[in-house]
This record gives sequence, structure tokens and C-alpha cells, in this order.
Amino acid sequence: MTRLFAALALLIALSGPALAIQPDEVLADPALEARARDLSKGLRCLVCQNQSIDDSDADLARDLRIILRERLSAGDSDTQAIAYLTARYGDFVLLKPPIKPVTWALWFGPAALLLLGAGGIVIGLRRRKASDGALDALSDPERARLAAILKDRDQE
Amino acid sequence: MIAEIGHYALILALVIAVAQSLLPLYGAARGSAPLMAVGPSAAIGQFAFVALAFAMLTQAYVVSDFTLVNVVQNSHSEKPLLYKITGLWSNHEGSMLLWVMILSLFGALVAARGGNLPPSLRARVLAIQGMIGAAFLAFILFTSNPFLRVFPPPADGRGMNPVLQDPGLAFHPPILYLGYVGFSVAFAFAVAALIEGRVDAAWARWVRPWTLAAWSALTLGIALGSWWAYYELGWGGFWFWDPVENASLLPWLAGTALLHSAIVVEKRDALKSWTVLLAILAFVMSLIGTFLVRSGVLTSVHSFASDPARGLFILGILILTAGGALVLYAIRAPTLKAGGLFQPISREGALVLNNLLLATACATVFLGTLYPLFLDALNGPKVSVGAPYFNATFLPLMTPALLVMVVAPLMAWKRADLAGALGRLKLAFLAALIIAGGAWAMKGGPILALIGLAIAAWLVVGAVIDIAERIRLFRVALGDSLRRLMGLPRSAIGAAVAHGALGIVVAGITASSAWHAENIGVMKPGESVDIAGYTIKLEQVGEVDGPNYRARRAVLSATYAGKLVAVLTPEKRFFTVQQTTTTEAAIHTTGFADLYAVLGDPATPQAGSEVTDSGWVIRLYHNPLVPWIWVGAALMALGGGISLTDRRHRVGAPTRSGARIAQVAKA
Repeated sequence: MTRLFAALALLIALSGPALAIQPDEVLADPALEARARDLSKGLRCLVCQNQSIDDSDADLARDLRIILRERLSAGDSDTQAIAYLTARYGDFVLLKPPIKPVTWALWFGPAALLLLGAGGIVIGLRRRKASDGALDALSDPERARLAAILKDRDQE
Repeated sequence: MIAEIGHYALILALVIAVAQSLLPLYGAARGSAPLMAVGPSAAIGQFAFVALAFAMLTQAYVVSDFTLVNVVQNSHSEKPLLYKITGLWSNHEGSMLLWVMILSLFGALVAARGGNLPPSLRARVLAIQGMIGAAFLAFILFTSNPFLRVFPPPADGRGMNPVLQDPGLAFHPPILYLGYVGFSVAFAFAVAALIEGRVDAAWARWVRPWTLAAWSALTLGIALGSWWAYYELGWGGFWFWDPVENASLLPWLAGTALLHSAIVVEKRDALKSWTVLLAILAFVMSLIGTFLVRSGVLTSVHSFASDPARGLFILGILILTAGGALVLYAIRAPTLKAGGLFQPISREGALVLNNLLLATACATVFLGTLYPLFLDALNGPKVSVGAPYFNATFLPLMTPALLVMVVAPLMAWKRADLAGALGRLKLAFLAALIIAGGAWAMKGGPILALIGLAIAAWLVVGAVIDIAERIRLFRVALGDSLRRLMGLPRSAIGAAVAHGALGIVVAGITASSAWHAENIGVMKPGESVDIAGYTIKLEQVGEVDGPNYRARRAVLSATYAGKLVAVLTPEKRFFTVQQTTTTEAAIHTTGFADLYAVLGDPATPQAGSEVTDSGWVIRLYHNPLVPWIWVGAALMALGGGISLTDRRHRVGAPTRSGARIAQVAKA
């Protein structure tokens, strides 16, 4: 697999940057083209690192862009076009992974962490408040010393 | 000979680093002053030898010494001098040497400026720094030695990846590394404090300048990288949620949280154990970033080196550092006494909320970046986690943080009057409404962009109000206000600058994402197209020669309302040595928007057509407010710099009341 990717990377390097979407790919119907652009942003160029096919220079990304436009021109809905691609390339092609048991940790992890952290903070604050009463009030000499320090600070 | 001196200097530096990690630590445990005193001299010595090695490698690059494998692989005699020098850190071995040099520089600075530290703390901090240095010097010497010879030497080198031959990228690694490695000092202080079992306001004050310096450098480094991607990659994007970018964002988020929680330790003696944990995590995140980039575990556009032996070595360092520090933390943290109490509605409370959000955001980026790797390691299905995921999770976490950070500086410690603080922000609220309303009238949406601009205005005006309140602007005579401004702590000014600057960044990100326009088409010389009110005409396409490349250059004239405003000359460069092509975008900026032009390939002639000159693919983009992203980021770093000049960080400048309190406390 690594070797395949290395070979692909080499191919890309040699072919030179073609730079994302080419004029000859653009569909004549602007509404259809806008849908294609939108969908492209969520589809991964399989040989790139987290680049969408909309941004990628790779030839494979160009092929995917063309396939996507063919599907849309053939009358596919957005979901059908995406389903067509995931059937061939798996969830790997989606930059936004679908919510499945295997991605639960990914999707619900942040919320869980936030709640956990918030819960921890609330409990921590409560506990400290409870132990607050255990602190003795200042004695008279301490209070006098505090007043002296504060006065000194105010003068600066 | 030069290479041997460098090689030998590295070996000496390793030996010194080992001594630096053992003797002061033992001395501190035994209370032996002479052994503890080894720390500072060893730290300075380690830096001197690493710097010598670095100078020798630089020399080899400057004179194009092709008897060194490293120089052969990454340089070429025809390269401009600047790129000969920066070529040193464009590759794995050289960049690790730079990493270690910056690490030892920080060690030497702690040694030189640490005269006011308690000797045992200083000895322990330097020992921890020594351990990190020893680990990475060993890494260089055993797996990534830049001083290896090649025989017979080739006639010329293979040159550097042309994409990297660029001034923005030339200085991106050193500044980024200053940030990454700068967190090692906070880490060393945290571990030393855990060994000593003591974290107090003085500790927080000592850690603060190092954290600030690292944070400012990291901010600048990330911004430079993003700027480079914007103008070099040729389609106007500035952040890709690429794993390597995320790797630099992780320590930034942890470091930002650390910077804020350390204030609470310093002012209120609270959040100690959390702050120590953050100091550990910020550096661990830096190491994870180094591991991700250097091990080649993620093959990405940014990473040009991969070797499993190296990956395992760095992973070992990472596990030992993180594991060791966290075990120590688990043992010692419970003994750290929590200090000052506070109500939930207080400045402490706001900073705790900020920390919760930043830490969760950091964890989210971590999760998203490594999730595909985790699944892969568990033989799970292959998934991709890209920009849509991060936009859906990171942005909702950061939004409340952006809202709160304006209010927090106006809140009192211990117990705050929230309604009062919000009341003083009336103007900021008004400004947010006006900006959002104005944008709605002009552009009509999208709603998220309006919210983004409102938040930007809230941040900028909020920062101005923060300062205006402190100097009682318009409530006392102007001269009085000026005098108050001069007397304000620099840290307060720095914080306001950085907070306001983040608003500028938010405005740039929002506007350029929501309202960018593009026109991709085939143009023949003499033809013109319209974009965002500009008329762009392709004047001609010609060829030019550069120092080590040949280029095809288009000349485009941009007119606005009938007046010529700019001539854009995008290029496509062909580097003969590497046989690769790069695109050089032409950018005309007004400060409020960028006009961005890219020259593509010649258009393919239609089948059967007799015409040979069928035109050129020209990409035009109009990106509103995009320069604000980098101006804002630079101002954020400047804010950090201003805060760094605060009086309380200067050596040996104890305040009178401080000394008095110490006296009273002793009595």
C-alpha cells in the first residue's frame, strides 16, 4: 500500500501541478456546477493528505471531479452521487466521516469531554466551597497586618 | 575537516547534555552547591557546541560541500545564497539540528537569566532541559546525522524542493521551532516544580515570560506557514486542516490555555495542578507535532522525510517524556495545595471556562487528526477526517471562547459583577450589531458570516473598551488618561492588543471564506474578464529566466472603474535540476482584499481545430479581508511581545510591596 502511494506521489510530482479544477471540467449549467463544487469540497482526493478533490492538483482528483459531474448530469441527486462514490471507494472518500459505531468516539468525543470537564469543574468548585467553612476567619492581628499591606499597596 | 569539527561538536554536546541532566539533579537532591552549579555552565556549553555544529553545517551548505550526503541531497551550486542557507533546515537532518540548537539556546538563556531562581529549582529545570537535549542529540547522532560523507562526491547536488525555495518558507521553520521548543522551558519548570513539590505565584511568574515568548513565536510561525500556503499553493486557501498544520495548532491551543491559567496561579494562587498539567501537555503536544511531521507517519504535502527507525526513536522519546512527566504528576499533583477561592462569576471563573473550551478544542483537533491512525492501528476501516469535521466541531467550541474573552478582562477577581461588565461593553455590542447589519445590507448573508463579523467587532471594540476603562478615558482629563496609559502594566496592554488582533483574524477568516469570488477560464491575449468589479485583461504571455529556473509569465492588467490599478504577473516556473514545476501566484492587495491571479497550462486545442494558440488557463480570485488574517496574527504575536516587556518579568525588580509582603509573611 505504501509503495502504491509512493508511486502515485511520484507520478503526481512528475506530471506537474494541473491546479485543481480546470475550465474544461466546468459544467455548462451553473446550478449543476455549483452543486458539483459544493459536493467536491467534502470529497477526498484519495492520494492526497486530507485535500478535497476541489482543491487538489492530482490527476485522480480530476477523474473524481469528472465522474461526479457525470453523475450529476445524468440526473443523480446529491445523495445518489455520493453513494455512487462511497460504493466504489468506501467511507475513505468522505472528508466528513459518517456517524457509525466506529466513528462515535470521533463525533461524540468532543461533547463528552466538554461535559466531563464542566462536570469536573462544578464538582471541584462545590467541594472547595464545602471546605470553605473550615477556614478560620482572620484573627485581629492578622486583620491589622492585612490592612497595613493594602494601605501600602494603594499608595504605590 | 569542517564536517568532522561539526560532528565532533555534536558528540561533545551530547556528553555535556548527559552530564547536565544528571549532576545538577543529584546535586539538588543532596543539597550540594557545586554539583548544582554544573547546570548553568553545562547548559551554556551544550549550546556553544550545538551552535558550533550548526555553524559548520551552514558553512558546508554555503560553500556547497558535496562530500556531505546531506548537502548533496538538498542543495545545488546554482541555488541563490539565501536558499543555500535555508536549505539546511528544509530537510529532516538539518531541521532536527535546528530544533536542538533552539532547545539548547533556551537552556542557555535559562542559565544566563535564571540568577534570581532558587538554586535547586534552577538546577532541576536545567537538568530536565539537559535530558531533552541529550535525547534529541542522540536521535541526531544515531539516526539522522547530517555530517555523513559520501565517496566519491558527485559533481553537483540534487537541489531543494522548489516549492520550498521561497522567503516565507525560509523563515517558517525557525520561528515555528522557537515556539515548539520554547514550551520545553515551561515543561522543565513544571517537572522541576513537581520534584520540589512547590508551585506558587513566584513559579508562575518565572514560567510566564518563557511561555509568552514560545506562544508569540508559535503564533507567528503558524501565520507564516498559512501565508506561504496561501500564496504558494496557488488557489488562495490558507488553512487546510492538514495533519501537519493541526500538529502546530495542538501546542498553540494548549499553550494559549497555559498562558491564561498561569495568570490565575500568579494572581490568585489557584488552578496550580491544572497549570502544571497544561505546561506538561503543551510540550508533549510539541513533541507529538514533531513526531507526526518527522516520522512520516502521515505522508502529507508538508512532510518530505520518512523512515520507520526515526519514527520509533522519536516515539520512544515522546513516550518517555510524556509518560515520565505524567507519572510524576500523578504522584505529586495531589500534594499541591489549592489556594484562593472564587465564585463561578469571577475573572478566575471566566479563565476556567476559557481553559475548558481551549482544552476541549485541543482534544478535538487531536482526536480528529489521529482518529484515522487509531482506526488503522486497530485494523478498523479507513476513514478520512477533513475540514468538514473540524469546522463542525472546532468552530462551535471556539465561538463561546471568543465571546467570553471580551468580558473576562472587565471582571473582578474572586467575585465579579457580570451585569456591570456587560454594561460597560454596550458599545462593543452596538458595534457588533452595526457591522453585522451593514454586512447583511451589503451582502445579504450567509448568516454564519454575519455572526463571524459580529464576533470580530465584539473582540476589537471590546479590547478598546478594556483599555479605555482602565485609563478612564473621557471621564478624567485627557492628560490624566495618557498618564494612566503610560502607567498601565504592559501585560494589560499586550493582552488587549492580542485580544483585539484575534478579532481582526476572525474578520479575515470570515469574510474571505464567505465572500470570495473566483473566475476560472481560458483566456487569449487581448481578452478580458470581470471579477468583483475589476476588469482583468490578459496582455501577453512570455518567457523569462530566473537564477535556477525558467518561467512562463503572463501579464494581466487590472482596471477598476476604468482606471488601471495593478499589473499582475503570475508565473509558472520550471526548475531544471529537479525537473519540477511550481506556480507563482500574482497578488495585488488593497489591504481590504486581494486580487489573486494564477497562470495555468495552455488550453487543449479542440479536436480537429487548426488553431494552435488556443489560449491559457487563467484562474482569478478575489479574496475580501484575507490580508487581515496575517496582519491580525502578527499583531497577536506583537501583543505577546508587549506583554513580555512587563516590568514584573525584569530580573531583580521586586516591587516594594512585594518585598514588604514577604517580610510580613516571614514575621
